[in-house]
Amino acid sequence: MESEALLSVRELRIAFDGVEAVRGLSFDVRPREVLAIVGESGAGKSLTARALLGMLPRGATTSGTISPDLSAHRGRRISLVPQDALSALSPVHRVGDQLAAAARSVAGISRTEARARAVAALDRVGIPDAARKARAYPHEYSGGMRQRAVIAMATINEPDLVVADEPTTALDEERRDRVLRLLGEQREAVGAALVLVTHDMDAVRGHADRVLVMYAGRLTELGPADEVLARPRAPYTAGLLASLPQNATGRRLPALRGTPPAPGTLTPGCAFAPRCPLAADACHTAEPEPRQVSGRLVACHRWEELPHPATELFLKEGQPA
Amino acid sequence: MTDPLLDVRDLVVRYGPVTAVDGVSFTLAAGETLALNGPSGCGKSSTALAVLQLPRPAAGEVHFEGRELTSLTERELRPLRPRMQPVFQDPYGSLSPRHRIRDAIAEPLKVQGRWHPADGPARVAELLDRVGLDPAYGDRRPHELSGGQCQRAGIARALASEPRLLVLDEPVSSLDPSVRAGVLNLLADLQDDLGLGYLFICHDRAVVRHFADRVVEMREGRVGVTSG
Repeated sequence: MESEALLSVRELRIAFDGVEAVRGLSFDVRPREVLAIVGESGAGKSLTARALLGMLPRGATTSGTISPDLSAHRGRRISLVPQDALSALSPVHRVGDQLAAAARSVAGISRTEARARAVAALDRVGIPDAARKARAYPHEYSGGMRQRAVIAMATINEPDLVVADEPTTALDEERRDRVLRLLGEQREAVGAALVLVTHDMDAVRGHADRVLVMYAGRLTELGPADEVLARPRAPYTAGLLASLPQNATGRRLPALRGTPPAPGTLTPGCAFAPRCPLAADACHTAEPEPRQVSGRLVACHRWEELPHPATELFLKEGQPA
Repeated sequence: MTDPLLDVRDLVVRYGPVTAVDGVSFTLAAGETLALNGPSGCGKSSTALAVLQLPRPAAGEVHFEGRELTSLTERELRPLRPRMQPVFQDPYGSLSPRHRIRDAIAEPLKVQGRWHPADGPARVAELLDRVGLDPAYGDRRPHELSGGQCQRAGIARALASEPRLLVLDEPVSSLDPSVRAGVLNLLADLQDDLGLGYLFICHDRAVVRHFADRVVEMREGRVGVTSG
């Protein structure tokens, strides 16, 4: 297990002014896999992704280990697909030149060779007439083409790991699936692993090999994506899935009471306990550690009590909080 | 057949030389949810705002409770405005950051001359309770509430005017997934209890399929398909 990991994160903690936003997180990224990190606001998913890239905001203090440290090879072994494709591209440089600069930044190649690679990369992501489009500026691209260009840039140096931070947040379903498919294909083509950060549980379906569900800076559940989606073992995962409108059967949606906690406002015990329909006394005193449950990791004192399906459990919770 | 709550005919909205909405027509009955769905920039929000006469459409007719709104003066519109209320996407942006929640909810009552010091505070508490907020939240300001709580407060403020029509412009799009379901349930309950008509703008097809009775698909300012 350990030896086959591309990257191992152990006991990662990220704090701002003494307030921990990521609170002891351990997971591996395997070579060529797609690992989705799912969580809501304040879960620490984007901070975790930024830590992999060595791009944490100023003022962050960290502990724990990330090995190997790919951030020393950013642009070559690890790259980022950011949320906003427009602001990721310079408006005053031609798209092809920006890709060529990315290629030249790590490989000792000539300008001509870099330019050829840029055109090839644009062609690979399906930009029509790539040689001509390489000479255009970002404003001459449509939104979808810009997204493609950014993905081409992230994969041009054939990295080991691509980190995509909410790449589809502002997109409708159709466009979301198109971008995720393209990301998956490109990852496959260059042999990279992909860490896909998203708040959208539905985006995981069909686009990820494994899923890491985070809540309040910690691991809630980690396992094969199709198994977690089919039968969640942690109440938080079950509640998130049950509340998706695409899974609804009646007019009332199953819902979670309350809201995700902000960092620094945590009560003792399990961070999810105040919202959990299964919470018992133990949940309010001790924070559960991740443990092995049928081929996955689950951090919950009461996972054995979780019914399947859990819809009824959360339908009762559907009252306003 | 009774008149629909809202009957929009050949609506046109222009911003300078740009035609954002180009001949859109639909009807909405009381107690019904009609969704406007489509990609960003298709004119769905412009349509919704033009229904509210914010701003006035360039052409077309908007019949609301049997009155044709585009031909009315501002003064004539004023008594009708409380009956059609908007709820916006950004819950923090739609409430003044300086006002306590109870003052934000009381304000429409005061503006409409329906505020009575004797029972006003109780009315505000009742509205907060109606949207699932503890009346104690009335003392707070928007930044002291979560996104979901703040959106509930925005809905309470809209309800204060006793509307018949709510124009819901992406009301759950900025909420966390675990919070979204609770707000959609609240809107469903309010509709069942009060018979409100909802004009529901949303780009998320799964939410639209779950929540709307009928869907108007918009593309580039025009109606594509109407279904349901």
